[in-house]
Amino acid sequence: MTIVASLWCVGAFLGLSIVAVACARLSAASAIVYAGCLIASTVGLSAGLEHLIAASAPPQTLQLPLGLPWLGANFRVDMLSAFFLLVVNLGGAAASLFALGYGQHEQAPHRVLPFFAAFLAGMNLVVLADDAFAFLLSWEFMSLASWALVMAHDREPENLQAGYIYLLMASFGTVALLLAFGLLAGPGGSYAFADLRSHPPSDQVAAAVLALALIGTGSKAGLVPLHVWLPLAHPAAPSHVSALMSGVMTKVAVYAFVRIVFSFLGPPESWWCVPVLVAGGSSAVLGVLYALNQGDLKKLLAYSTIDNIGIIFIGLGLALAFQANDLGQAAALAMTAALLHVFNHSLFKSLLFFGAGAVLGATGERDFERLGGLIHTMPVTAFLFLVASVAICALPPLNGFVSEWLTFQAVLISPQLPQWGLRFLVPAIGALLALAAALAAACFVKAFGFAFLGRARSEAAKQARETDAFSVAGMFCLAGLCAFAGILPGFIIDRIAPVTQLLLDSRLPVQADVPWLSIIPISQSRSSYNGLLVFVFILISSLGAIEAIHRLASRRVRRAPAWDCGFPDAAPSTQYSAGSFVQPLRRVYGTLIFLARETVRMPAPGDTAPASFRVDIQDLAWRFIYTPIVSSVNIVADRLNYLQYMTIRRYLALVFSALIFLLIVLASWP
Amino acid sequence: MALIPELIVQGVQMFLVLALAPALVGFVRKVKSQLLRRQGPPIVQPYRDLIRLLRKDVVLAHNASWLFRAAPYLIFAATWVAAALVPTFAAGLMFSWSADLVAIIALLGSARFFLALAGLDVGTSFGGIGSSREVMFASLAEPALIVIVFTLAMIAGSTQLSTIASFMASSAVGLRVSLGLALISLVIVALAENARIPVDNPATHLELTMVHEAMVLEYSGRHLALVELASWLQLLVYVSLIGCIFFPWGLTAAGTSPGGYLAGLAAYVLKLVASGVLLATFEVTIAKMRVFRVPEFVGVALMLALLAMLLRFVSSSL
Repeated sequence: MTIVASLWCVGAFLGLSIVAVACARLSAASAIVYAGCLIASTVGLSAGLEHLIAASAPPQTLQLPLGLPWLGANFRVDMLSAFFLLVVNLGGAAASLFALGYGQHEQAPHRVLPFFAAFLAGMNLVVLADDAFAFLLSWEFMSLASWALVMAHDREPENLQAGYIYLLMASFGTVALLLAFGLLAGPGGSYAFADLRSHPPSDQVAAAVLALALIGTGSKAGLVPLHVWLPLAHPAAPSHVSALMSGVMTKVAVYAFVRIVFSFLGPPESWWCVPVLVAGGSSAVLGVLYALNQGDLKKLLAYSTIDNIGIIFIGLGLALAFQANDLGQAAALAMTAALLHVFNHSLFKSLLFFGAGAVLGATGERDFERLGGLIHTMPVTAFLFLVASVAICALPPLNGFVSEWLTFQAVLISPQLPQWGLRFLVPAIGALLALAAALAAACFVKAFGFAFLGRARSEAAKQARETDAFSVAGMFCLAGLCAFAGILPGFIIDRIAPVTQLLLDSRLPVQADVPWLSIIPISQSRSSYNGLLVFVFILISSLGAIEAIHRLASRRVRRAPAWDCGFPDAAPSTQYSAGSFVQPLRRVYGTLIFLARETVRMPAPGDTAPASFRVDIQDLAWRFIYTPIVSSVNIVADRLNYLQYMTIRRYLALVFSALIFLLIVLASWP
Repeated sequence: MALIPELIVQGVQMFLVLALAPALVGFVRKVKSQLLRRQGPPIVQPYRDLIRLLRKDVVLAHNASWLFRAAPYLIFAATWVAAALVPTFAAGLMFSWSADLVAIIALLGSARFFLALAGLDVGTSFGGIGSSREVMFASLAEPALIVIVFTLAMIAGSTQLSTIASFMASSAVGLRVSLGLALISLVIVALAENARIPVDNPATHLELTMVHEAMVLEYSGRHLALVELASWLQLLVYVSLIGCIFFPWGLTAAGTSPGGYLAGLAAYVLKLVASGVLLATFEVTIAKMRVFRVPEFVGVALMLALLAMLLRFVSSSL
């Protein structure tokens, strides 16, 4: 039974969390907890996979006598939950395996271990919950556990600020979800998901729920403009936790959105997709543009998560658009693309954060200007990071390409939409998606090129050592899965088919039957892609080239100083820096999107002061949304401050008038 | 079962592009020289250059990594696979369905990704400047290309190149404004992506605005030969793409007689000659741009492509 196994796993995580509190001071504590989490995640992973493979398995439910007395705590596994159980526990297992090695570096394990296990339990519970009470409780549990992990290194002032902003945004998101469930349940309604499923709300209520769900889950997933906490909080946590937050927790938010919008709201209206598509498209482009301009490896990865979440929401928005117009097959295609990207992104983003963690562990640096040359000292990590970079840039034959290709194919069905507005909007979103894909390639050329290539820019980078075997094993599993999902995507698409069947009553054709293991979303003459053949072709032609060249050409290699147009061997600081690498892109996009300003201060001739160059970049969301909010809250607080310093007569007058006012309101209430 | 002949035709296509790519570059150089009243090197000069480079030793910088040595093979392989999948003399070849137009563009993107990384590997200032500018141009050119693909796919109802080519050759296509805009846009993208004159100068070596040459500055010997061959192949890919989409005349369908294939081949060579002359003429009549004018130039391509797509939405006949 999947549900029983999954709940036992949750129990195991909670138990491990208590064990971690009890024996946190032992030196073996982290080995025990991470090994336990690895086992529990693997069990949860196989439970989810088993349910997903038995494509016609009926949903399983279970009620525990916890929570509200008249409701109990309901849990349920259907295909959608099973798919996300798979994603959550795959990420959890990889993070635990990685942390078996990486966790040894941790200065304060007692501040990480209990919350790590609790965080995994929380994410599993959100996916399993089958009533609003259990869902919101698990959601808050997940948020608070991850908040505690963000605050694990609370001595750094940056982390304090990150934790504060995260707490505010998480509460805000939960309030939105609370209201959404309140509206869904109605005045006398029940909070059990079974009742919500069978009673879709009226149109106005559904629209309000959609908006609240987009705000509530979008703030957790990192949709622009609710993303501001994400690039602060994700990098602040220890790297294996950053991987979980970016790779997995954002997917739990996607789950919540899909669950609310596709299961509870009934048949969609045609305009519903518009806010989803606009939020997705702007997140995709802004996320990657901000990522490009980061000087910090982990911040770059966090911003790139916003980009990928945008891509996922574009897929979901397309699915809504097609579903509203009864284009079942197209909706299934868009939903498959979104869910496949959920899976893919959880793989390569976790892998990238692991790589960043390995770099951080080996050098203590996250700043590109102090890294470089690590491909020589950390060759395995460099290779695995490269695999993830190629995957996330959507380059064939790895997995990122497949999900973006499917999204493009879904965009191309848009001429069949009857609404004029959508027929204009969807291709525009497609163009944004293309822009995001091209910029992502630039972004990861920078990430890999300046962390791993070139010459070491600091002593720490020069002295780096390859990371430990557990970390490498964790990364290697994920890289292998990236390659598998890219080369044989048909298998994964077939596993997603029951999910789309459940949500949309429609599915893509069975891909395992297609000859040569290609994938054909709609029809052969329309489009097809064969990851296996592309991989084999690349392999054959590069091996052929190597063979031919080595037979025909000179095989000698001489080592010499770098040529660099005849300039003598200069210091490593003369290399191109990461900041200058993005300068041309900043000039093209920057003034518009970040209000970027470059200031050069050149001392007068004869003055020996150093020249300086600084770049100011602003996140538009801070400038136009959050800063005004903060300052208006401050102004109001200043005004209300007056209330604290009144005489007793005035207080009495105030209380009296408030009483009168309330009585009048009560008397005139209809 | 006609498996063996089909396989042979696919193989011929693969080696044909490899054999013709240097000739195209040699021909463009020759025409350019003639237009400038110089005699110019013979058309076979690129082949000679390749052989010369293959014979030489590789001189590697001290801190060049394994990626620097592997990149030429990966770049070459990705470009070659892309070139083998674009219809040249015949459409609907055996493996043409294994990657559609989006995948072909992404394959070229893979090649560029590794080239940009190779530029950063040795850690010199020239490599960095080249990579940085390359990714800036690509960040505009690639979306333009994808939007062009959207336009074509919406007109032809497919992203498969062979299907698009046969649709374009049929009478159903007619004269469309959006196709004209897409053609101009594709030509601009091709100029930018292949480091041709208004964007980059393939003939110079030491110039502050150079892009492609700066990235490959540290390569030598057989590695340089492969990188050069890959860049020539890429030019051929773009010429073949423009040829098979916008001028699909003479493109035979797979499975015709050997005579049919020969006619297709002759038509293809004629297309190459015509595009070579046009490219050379264009290059001698225009000056190279400053590097920060290029985003505007490539941005025009993106705008035209978007306009083409929007026109397609306004009316299905435009």
